[in-house]
Amino acid sequence: MELSDSDHALISVIASGLPLVERPYRAVGEMVGMDEVEVLARIEALRDSGVIRRFGVIVRHHELGFRANAMAVWDIPDTEVGEVGHRLAGSDQVTLCYRRPRRPPVWPYNLFCMIHGRDRATVEETIRGLIQCHGLETYSHTVLFSTRRFKQTGARYGRPLAAEVGHG
Amino acid sequence: MDLVDQRLLNDFQRDFPLTARPYAELGEKLGINEDEVIARLDRLSRGGSVSRVGAVFRPHAVGASTLAALAVPPEELERVAALVNAYPEVNHNYQREHRLNLWFVVTASSAQAVRAVLDDISGRTGLDVLDLPLLEPFHIDLGFDLKWS
Repeated sequence: MELSDSDHALISVIASGLPLVERPYRAVGEMVGMDEVEVLARIEALRDSGVIRRFGVIVRHHELGFRANAMAVWDIPDTEVGEVGHRLAGSDQVTLCYRRPRRPPVWPYNLFCMIHGRDRATVEETIRGLIQCHGLETYSHTVLFSTRRFKQTGARYGRPLAAEVGHG
Repeated sequence: MDLVDQRLLNDFQRDFPLTARPYAELGEKLGINEDEVIARLDRLSRGGSVSRVGAVFRPHAVGASTLAALAVPPEELERVAALVNAYPEVNHNYQREHRLNLWFVVTASSAQAVRAVLDDISGRTGLDVLDLPLLEPFHIDLGFDLKWS
């Protein structure tokens, strides 16, 4: 899907959040120079085309008691990583699952899963269960628990609001 | 936090209504009025349990991003974390238990803009930045089930 300059302005605004007012889409429209009907139609088009993957209430795990956050990583042969990745992604306990490059010798792992839980023991148990359930015992892996969150915000896509609209 | 708050947090993480008055629509489902939905979301946002009511984009459909890591000497961690945090392009930044102890996500309008941030961080800290861009996403983001029960 081709994104116009006004789409980029709209994306910037809805990435950072809808205002909490009675007519939030009208308020968004005022920020990006669209009317309410256009805003609704563009968001729907972005959603239907898959550019927007999810639209709704975005919660913070930590504040809701999911204090343990682990990044579990595996080194899975390239011929198998797709299949293993899809299976892990299908597990309830896995929040995110990505393939990323290895950077030997510093970083030998290519499959990344984020797992959130109420405490460390629960998350460790979950990871043991995933390894067993998906037959991952023979692959090298490690678990990086987070010990401190320095920052967590929505993505900013680097397009100033209005500034680039109409330069197209 | 009562049952209405719990449902507000759990039941509207996707397919948020695209209608002129979405908060009124949530209110109908929750048996409260529009003003109360707005007041509750405002309170939950201030309290930190709601990050925002907004969109999550398919990786790389808009702009570019990467996961990056640094091996920071422990006594430098505080300073380097603050330096990394200060970039508006950095949207997540965590300390993790590993020799590579600082992990952050950089999102910008293009791959070059992402690279420029990594180079800048490397130049200012004197540390090698591990750059691990997404190659293939496997999950479908359905939100996060808070499993209240």
